[in-house]
Amino acid sequence: MENYLKARGRIFDIQRYSIHDGPGIRTIVFLKGCPLRCRWCCNPEGQEWEPVEMLVEGKPKLYGEDITVEELMPRLITDEFYYMRSGGGITLSGGECLAQPDFAPHLLHACKDMGYTTAIETTGYQKWEIIERYLPYLDYVLMDIKHIDSAKHKAFTGVNNELIHENARKFATSGVDLTIRVPVIPTFNNTPEEIRAIAEFAASLPGVEKLHLLPYHRLGQGKYDGLGREYTMRDIEPMTRDYMQSLLAEAKKSGIYCQIGG
Amino acid sequence: MKKFNTADIPRTERIGRLLHHTFEKMPEIEADRAVLLTESYKKTENEPMVKRRALAFAHILENIPIVIRPDELIVGSSTKAPRSCQVYPEFSFEWLESEFDTVATREADPFYISDETKATLHEVFKYWKGKTTSELATAYMAPEAITSVEHNMFTPGNYFYNGVGHFTCKYWDVINLGLEGIKKQVWDELMSIRPYDADYATKHELLESMIISCDAVINYARRYSVLAMDMAKECQDPVRKKELLQIAKNCARVPEHPAEDFYEACQAFWFIQQLLQIESSGHSISPGRFDQYMYPLYEKGIYNGTLTREFAQELLDCIWIKFNDLNKCRDAASAEGFAGYSLFQNLICGGQTREGRDATNDLSFLCIQASMHTLLPAPSFTVRVWNGTPNEFMLKCAELTRTGIGLPAYYNDEIIIQSLMSRGVTLEDARDYNIIGCVEPQVGGKTHGWHDAAFFNMCRPLELVFSNGYDKGVMVGIETGDLSEFTTFEKFFDAYKRQSNFQVAMLVNANNSIDVAHAERCPLPFAAALVDDCIKTGKTMEQGGAHYNFTGPQGFGIANMTDALLAIKELVYEKKKYTLEEFKEAMALNYGKGLTPKAAKASTNAVVSSLIAEGKKVDENVIAGIFKMFLDGVATDEQKAKFDKMREDIDAVPKYGNDIEEVDLFAREVAYVYTKELNKYKNPRGGIFQAGLYPVSANVPLGEQTGATPDGRLANTPIADGVGPRGGYDIYGPTAAANSVAKLDHGIASNGTLYNQKFHPSALAGVEGLQKFVMYIRGFFDQKGMHMQFNVVDRDTLLDAQKHPEKYKTLVVRVAGYSALFTTLSKSLQDDIIARTEQVF
Repeated sequence: MENYLKARGRIFDIQRYSIHDGPGIRTIVFLKGCPLRCRWCCNPEGQEWEPVEMLVEGKPKLYGEDITVEELMPRLITDEFYYMRSGGGITLSGGECLAQPDFAPHLLHACKDMGYTTAIETTGYQKWEIIERYLPYLDYVLMDIKHIDSAKHKAFTGVNNELIHENARKFATSGVDLTIRVPVIPTFNNTPEEIRAIAEFAASLPGVEKLHLLPYHRLGQGKYDGLGREYTMRDIEPMTRDYMQSLLAEAKKSGIYCQIGG
Repeated sequence: MKKFNTADIPRTERIGRLLHHTFEKMPEIEADRAVLLTESYKKTENEPMVKRRALAFAHILENIPIVIRPDELIVGSSTKAPRSCQVYPEFSFEWLESEFDTVATREADPFYISDETKATLHEVFKYWKGKTTSELATAYMAPEAITSVEHNMFTPGNYFYNGVGHFTCKYWDVINLGLEGIKKQVWDELMSIRPYDADYATKHELLESMIISCDAVINYARRYSVLAMDMAKECQDPVRKKELLQIAKNCARVPEHPAEDFYEACQAFWFIQQLLQIESSGHSISPGRFDQYMYPLYEKGIYNGTLTREFAQELLDCIWIKFNDLNKCRDAASAEGFAGYSLFQNLICGGQTREGRDATNDLSFLCIQASMHTLLPAPSFTVRVWNGTPNEFMLKCAELTRTGIGLPAYYNDEIIIQSLMSRGVTLEDARDYNIIGCVEPQVGGKTHGWHDAAFFNMCRPLELVFSNGYDKGVMVGIETGDLSEFTTFEKFFDAYKRQSNFQVAMLVNANNSIDVAHAERCPLPFAAALVDDCIKTGKTMEQGGAHYNFTGPQGFGIANMTDALLAIKELVYEKKKYTLEEFKEAMALNYGKGLTPKAAKASTNAVVSSLIAEGKKVDENVIAGIFKMFLDGVATDEQKAKFDKMREDIDAVPKYGNDIEEVDLFAREVAYVYTKELNKYKNPRGGIFQAGLYPVSANVPLGEQTGATPDGRLANTPIADGVGPRGGYDIYGPTAAANSVAKLDHGIASNGTLYNQKFHPSALAGVEGLQKFVMYIRGFFDQKGMHMQFNVVDRDTLLDAQKHPEKYKTLVVRVAGYSALFTTLSKSLQDDIIARTEQVF
């Protein structure tokens, strides 16, 4: 057996006590680098593969750390009491965790060895034969479907959506527990028609039971300032609660279970 | 399908009216008890003290005004006005007389006092000069211990000024046997003693005093029966009339006879709870395992159809409000340490039976509901958690936590039982423990725990290391040597240990002196009748009659001392960036920062008085100038820059609360400096000292008396709360902080540890949120943490965090899968989140 514990990857953050990203109490490992460039991205420091310096509370901090599975595990084991009690475990996020196939599957493997549940938060943008390397070690997939219209998808994220939708179908029949998530972004996909279309797509996938609508927030804004990057969504106001409720009602018409928030 | 009946019961309108009536006015100081006590004492000067106490108790209960408040179903009020207090001059009075004019306007727990009451008390107090427990305690204390108290090394003020309290009596015996049954036990004992027994004199007197006390209580209940009957005669409202007649019937029966139904049990419970507090001024007289001893009559009533869940709930709600009807006026300094008018009447549910099975029952759920209906600080509602605690119960508790009232507190059987057993408690007794006051475990009905005996400020001995034992020019500690002698960190740490050990020894002296004073001047015969083994041994609890005896003073400041000592270890001894002398200078000059306005005012006053003493002329401008200097800081700009850099370097040293193994294990060592040393000592009641680790709310006022510390903490600012990390220095979230706390040795702190946390409501949103919250507690308890309590942060807190970001550096807000440090967000984003907070549920 190859020594998967020696696999090396690049991460930029670890967040403990995560309770909104999969079952139970989880630790999220944020993997560096993403093929998409979503305008609203709340982790812009994770987009580039290269480490970046970001000002946090006025002080520069480097984001991007190369680490092996073996070195990383002790930092995840610390919360094992909580995973075991709650059915929680490790969630890989990013960046895009599918973009590190020589590392992420091995990390998931090590987590399964410990008896933790595993999850990924993903754009789904990767060749399926590469994704298949993740599947044996994966319990939950939280996957974004951002827009049904490919051109608009490309305009706001930098990539077309065909591959993503195709992969969503494959995930749906692969045996993992799949949840579809929709970042609801004003000016991009927040009309009732657009949300309804996404919900119907999700409902058409066999075995998908849940759809989460994640309302747009501006919490990433400070990070853009810290990176010296322009935040093009600056003037966009978050939606009201009532408006989100109306979108939820719209999404529910598709027949799938829907909720606001993760 | 479910094991328990947990269906919600709506609050009745009566409860709303009772709440309104109870909280309508400011609490008041009343003089009746003090007057009656003094009358009795004057007539009994030749009697043995224990008999004098019983006769005074009887005289008070015979004559103190009694009232039945509108809408009450459970009666028994110690004062005419709701939430008011009586005065207990036999313990201390001088502070009250000197605070007559400020007690109504002080910030912490003000009480109204009328001119008439002041005049009455002024007359009464004349009798008490030289006769109080506090005066006798002072006479017994070693001069060095008095010096330590004067210099705020520790504060034994709780029992110095007041009764001891802090026990749970055998409520179950009163309910099941009645006071007539207790009296029979006393009579049987009286019959068995012989005139030639060595302890005949004292035992005989005590047993007789117990009979007098029990009769006094029975008589008091009868007075209520007569009052209710009289009120019923006058009452025009047929519904209320019927209620009053029922009250009259109840009070004619209990607590004299065994309770026959749940309503009578509630009334019997209440009289005991109320009157134990009239006998002494002790606080933390705790109902203990209420859901256990009240359950048999509840079950019987439900089973035979004479009781509905709804009526049981209303009775519990009434009792919950009655807990808040009792009050106590403390001296100004103590009031700050126990802020919130709290009497710490701790009522606990759940846990295990004496046989080790799960103890949760339907009544446990009604108790949670009562706290939800009343949303009051009293009773201090707490729950026991063990591996076999049903999740259903935990989820209901979590719902109560989510209301934001900070209750319940959660306690871990899996560590507390073994901790008690390590102190000589039997397995069955240990399984039967309850919590006293804030966090102190004991076996109810058998223990005089003397919990909460003193606040020991773990930061002060470190100050003494830097000053070679001197404080404000006075030798307060011991000489541990000049800073230059500490050539290794081990030598420095050892000096801290020696300074601390000396103060621990002084604390023991102070506590034991106070202990003896209570035994001599304020033995409590009524309480003794209700606690094992006082009848058998013929001694009151104060004289050592209880089955288990402890003294539990609590240390606080672990986080500060861990961070401080590690900063010195790394910056002075490992990196050699600074010298101890530089630390000393930085601390003396408060790192170049100005003092808090309160401290600046005090320092200004000190300087001004010394100038005046030197015969110098001091005008307004000079005073203003001195004040401004203290506010701005006395260091030069160059020094200020240096100290800023120094504090940055200190901040960069790893901190307690972040799940860093080496740091947390060092914290364990720091806690041992206090906890292990205390283990060596014994009290006059034949028990041992055992440490607690918690400050109640005293970390704030006692922080005000503490200079700057090497962890970068500024002078006069609060010390870290409980066993938790310093606010703002735990940056990896709740699991990391809890893991750090769990690495302390909670087992040795058998007098209790306290871990408070703040949560955002979104962490408890929905059923899933409650489940994860419960699993978080269980994850901490799996690691043998002892206690957890939560402030769920609400909108007001977030608004406050906007105004005072420095206080909320680590407040994490979690919204829809993303989390952020609240204070690092811009104002407009914060506003977004505040708006969202209201949407969570």
